[in-house]
Amino acid sequence: MIDSVLAILSAVMLGLGGFFMVSGAIGLLRFPDFYSRMHAASMTDTLGSYLVVGGLMLTAGWGLPLFKLALILVFIFFTSPTAGHALAKSAQHCDLRLPGGGASTKKADNEISGSAQGPDSRDVVSADRV
Amino acid sequence: MELILDIALLSLLLVTAVYIAWTRDLFAAVILAGIYGLLSASFFMSMGAVDVAFTEAAVGAGISPLLMLSTLAICGRAQRANPQRALLALLTVGVVGALLITATLEMPAFGSPDAPAHLHVAPRYIADSMREIGIPNVVTSVLASYRAFDTLGEVVVIFTAGLGVLSLLGLRGDVREEPIHSPMAEPSHLVLRVVGKVLIPPILLFALYVQFHGEYGPGGGFQAGVIFAVGFILYSLVFGLEAVEKIVNRALVQALAAVGVLIYGTVGLLGIVSGRNYLDYSGLAGDSVAGQHLGIIAIELGVGITVASVMMIVFFVFSAQLARGRAVPHAS
Amino acid sequence: MIIATAIALLVVMVLALVRALLGPTIHDRILAVNVFGTKTVLLISVICFISGRPEFLDIALVYALINFVSIIGVLKYFEYQGRDEREGMQ
Repeated sequence: MIDSVLAILSAVMLGLGGFFMVSGAIGLLRFPDFYSRMHAASMTDTLGSYLVVGGLMLTAGWGLPLFKLALILVFIFFTSPTAGHALAKSAQHCDLRLPGGGASTKKADNEISGSAQGPDSRDVVSADRV
Repeated sequence: MELILDIALLSLLLVTAVYIAWTRDLFAAVILAGIYGLLSASFFMSMGAVDVAFTEAAVGAGISPLLMLSTLAICGRAQRANPQRALLALLTVGVVGALLITATLEMPAFGSPDAPAHLHVAPRYIADSMREIGIPNVVTSVLASYRAFDTLGEVVVIFTAGLGVLSLLGLRGDVREEPIHSPMAEPSHLVLRVVGKVLIPPILLFALYVQFHGEYGPGGGFQAGVIFAVGFILYSLVFGLEAVEKIVNRALVQALAAVGVLIYGTVGLLGIVSGRNYLDYSGLAGDSVAGQHLGIIAIELGVGITVASVMMIVFFVFSAQLARGRAVPHAS
Repeated sequence: MIIATAIALLVVMVLALVRALLGPTIHDRILAVNVFGTKTVLLISVICFISGRPEFLDIALVYALINFVSIIGVLKYFEYQGRDEREGMQ
């Protein structure tokens, strides 16, 4: 009884995880600019990983594999959002701008004096030196 | 399923490799080399070569992109075009590739039980390793005992590489310049600093687990050394190079790189002292299996110490060079 | 279901590789490598369970740790690089 419930639960988690990851990857491929791609990728990256590792944990049974999966879960819990955070910060630091010039920090002041951007100039990179 | 997996991974590998050769942006090439490492580790994993996958995971995807990146940061990231040399290179690669492909025609089919690799020494290792060496991971017993000479050579190669990097880049390292400015070490990277603090102890602990669990599961000195060094590298990335130098004495690390090789060699000499061949550990303890076990633990420790120290030396020397190179235009 | 997950992971890896090849900025590539790394961790865990050898999760564990360090390192060097030659990054 417990086993079949666990199996169903695990299958549901694995399926949901796969769905989230694929949708995130489509976002990563199709979205127009860096920040929205990053939004799609890093959100689903974290959630999809939790679901897949969680689903595997339910089938693992008691033992060392379960513990290792739990460790992987904890590491992903820390590393995945942090990597996303550092990436976004670095992109901002390198003046990678939003299409509307909507970078919401003090960087925006510098960007006004940057090169002109056309309506389709996504991922514009400024050549000016800060 | 395994067929789909192999085909998918191999075609991804092919695409990545072609793009790496194609692109002129060396930074993109290095980043894709990271992907190449990740893919080949998955492929080794699907073939069941767990120890190789482990090494590829630690070295191919972790350390080597970092080192290549620091090289690029020093040397610049645009590839210079040279049509004449490109023609010569294309010719050489074409000839060598054709020769290699001709050579593979003679090879036995993939996974064939009649392949020489499966007939020559492998059956003996598999059949006798448990009785002679007494540890469950046959790969470790082959690497550390049956082919201990080979592994000694590898450790010496790593040590020599460390010496080479030191002699090329490290000799001017004692001159103290202005504090190295590291963007990641700014207080604004608070999240990174906190997460770094949380992650470094588990990384070091995991390295020790890999080091001492190598006889029972995948792992051993090489992988453990790299993981241990990665812990310190993460610290230097997040807190800056000066912070690491407060903890890690440079002279001590350089000495430890030699100590690891010495431990390995000394264990080999102890084999002679106990009346056996060089690097034959059977005489190290009363029981031959116990002696083998003791010898393997000792030499794996030597390997781990050397690999960790050399990785740290190489990375820190590169980073110091990078910071020096960057400090000049900023001062002017 | 576990096989379906493995196939989904492969699809994600293909899409992430396409993004890494297309660029257009270096940060897109780094993002794609980050996604690729996480998916490799998951794929290796899933391979462990498909082939019935869950004791080899160590490799997935080491990836989960090292991938992070590698991304941070890449970003750090790019910050060094970015200050001096911004014009080189299209």
